[in-house]
Amino acid sequence: MPDDLLSENPWQALRRFTPARIALGRAGGSLPTHEVLAFQLAHAQARDAVHLAFDTPSIVAQIEAEAWPWLEVESAASDRSTYLRRPDLGRRLAQHSVERLQAYRAAHAEEGPYDLVFVIGDGLSALAVHQHALPLLRCVIPALPTWKLAPIVIASQARVALGDQIGELLNAEQVIMLIGERPGLTAADSLGLYLTYAPRVGRNDAERNCISNVRPEGLSYKRAAHKLLYLLREARRLKLSGVDLKDDSDVVLLQDEHREM
Amino acid sequence: MARYQQTIANHTYTFPDLKTLMAKASPEKSGDQLAGIAASSAEERIAARMVLADLPLSRFLEEPLIPYEDDEVTRLIFDTHDKSAFEPIKHLTVGGFRNWLLAYETDSESLAAIAPGLTPEMVAAVSKLMRNQDLILVAQKCRVVTAFRNTIGLPGRLSSRLQPNHPTDDLNGIAASIVDGLLYGCGDAVIGINPASDSPQATRALLEMLDELIQRYSIPTQSCVLAHATSQIRAIEEGAPLDLMFQSIAGTEAANRSFGIDLKLLAEAQAAALSLKRGTVGQNVMYFETGQGSALSANAHHGVDQQTCEARAYAVARAFKPLLVNTVVGFIGPEYLYNGQQIIRAGLEDHFCGKLLGLPMGCDVCYTNHAEADQDDMDTLLTLLGVAGCTYVMGVPGADDIMLSYQSTSFHDILYLRSALRLRPAPEFEAWLEQMQIMRQGRQLETISPQHSLVGAVSTEA
Repeated sequence: MPDDLLSENPWQALRRFTPARIALGRAGGSLPTHEVLAFQLAHAQARDAVHLAFDTPSIVAQIEAEAWPWLEVESAASDRSTYLRRPDLGRRLAQHSVERLQAYRAAHAEEGPYDLVFVIGDGLSALAVHQHALPLLRCVIPALPTWKLAPIVIASQARVALGDQIGELLNAEQVIMLIGERPGLTAADSLGLYLTYAPRVGRNDAERNCISNVRPEGLSYKRAAHKLLYLLREARRLKLSGVDLKDDSDVVLLQDEHREM
Repeated sequence: MARYQQTIANHTYTFPDLKTLMAKASPEKSGDQLAGIAASSAEERIAARMVLADLPLSRFLEEPLIPYEDDEVTRLIFDTHDKSAFEPIKHLTVGGFRNWLLAYETDSESLAAIAPGLTPEMVAAVSKLMRNQDLILVAQKCRVVTAFRNTIGLPGRLSSRLQPNHPTDDLNGIAASIVDGLLYGCGDAVIGINPASDSPQATRALLEMLDELIQRYSIPTQSCVLAHATSQIRAIEEGAPLDLMFQSIAGTEAANRSFGIDLKLLAEAQAAALSLKRGTVGQNVMYFETGQGSALSANAHHGVDQQTCEARAYAVARAFKPLLVNTVVGFIGPEYLYNGQQIIRAGLEDHFCGKLLGLPMGCDVCYTNHAEADQDDMDTLLTLLGVAGCTYVMGVPGADDIMLSYQSTSFHDILYLRSALRLRPAPEFEAWLEQMQIMRQGRQLETISPQHSLVGAVSTEA
């Protein structure tokens, strides 16, 4: 054992508080060899996650198991490499997808405007969407019995703003984009939720609210759903989303907990 | 009528206006290609640089790249331009200005003296004619010193932001990373948390925890929660102990609007932070982050290249006398900076432009997992910035930010740079590290005993 060359950190116990890479020890002031390799392995795995293909048939099967209606669309980015270099194409629907949504709208004109559309987009981690999109929706949709929901839209090679065009074409008052966040070393499966009120092409990011890092080890489905429902109701009441819609759901949650006590 | 043209071997390149010329002269970046404004050949790029080199610096005072009427950042740049500071260099061309910057006679004092006379466009223009070594050498001559509870930017010093993010803002989790960073000698620029939740309540809870920790151990540093300025203002109104006011900024009015801010809001935010009078050795209360590509990503770049837009963000920053500014250089992704080479170039450009404009410029040396870059590229940029006299860099546990999902520099990386280049932390913080028996001579870590008071900091809180 060459451990006499290393300085261990006597605060290993703090690791129970965080998944961050703390108390790594040092060789001189530098990382020990095993930590250099552990980092390189995590980076290699994250690189692989970025390029994992979106398994839409499995998402469709899970949605159908809930008996929810759905539609499938593609962005104008035709493949992963184009998607990475051309975010503008990922924010725009392919022409055939525009036509699909227009046709759906025309065939269901009697339904009138929708209150809300959920979009499931692969983003930068299909892994996150595969694992967390449906469990989250199962916490959210049953809590919205009086809301008129559009079919769930499954979007490939999607960026966040793609939801604006989808919401506009389907005539929905709000859009929620569930999208795979950029993989990190610790978590390659973080799901992000983006809410936009009155979605239309050209909305900017200050007009959205974001709930980040949805996954069991991060923000749990239950807490994420609580935040999302709060923001949805507030956006509907205030008729806006973005920086002027503050996430005060922590206060509401505390009050709820007090009531439970 | 092409005002800007250059003939190379019977081919005449023409550029219709100054912003096109600037974009074509820029080193290759995927973001400028995405915007459709980059040079279409390597030769065209150099032709543009040749035109730019012969252009008088004063041309930038005659032809705004973004119209004065359309953009409050342009108005800020023109309305605050200091003609007397510009006087010593007003006769120079952009190429001549590069030579002037590199001359032995041009020292820290002369650079500081002309800073108010420089517009960001002039600085961006000259950077396009400079090799990496030029960017390093001139930045090294710049001196920018700021202060709040310690003194940042003195010669021979390298400060660090301790970035203890946690995916759910768990207070013990954040405290554990802070203790780790302090015991590795980091955190003199700021202990700054990117919150997962942008609520005023979360902001206040984090600020109170940081304040308690800083007071309990008498740490000569400052805290910051990098929420939106409006959330921080509300937290102040509710009584939160806020040291530094943070905001992300960009170089055009429209891009700032996409961040939910304008110059008026920044002035309100600065006034709110100043009203608390929490600085002890200085009152630089603002902390800004920037990054090439933000204007384009908000579709708010007006056809101006991303490096020039970035330099314009520094004009916004300098209006508010910040303690710290850093470019988050590789965070934005491969569609703006494709690979290690482009990230390294951008980091050196941003540091140079910020310093020349008089800012306390740091750099988040970083990359994401969808960029063509790795730790070796970051080592290269970190080392080059250290040589260039970078004010501060980030300290993230193991270089892995578990909240923002990207890779930055680690506490170990900062120890490396201090060791390789003989750099020390801010003097007040260095004295505290010695007194706490964490570090000696500003560089070398002590062996920490399990009984060290900081080791017990978190469990007593839990």
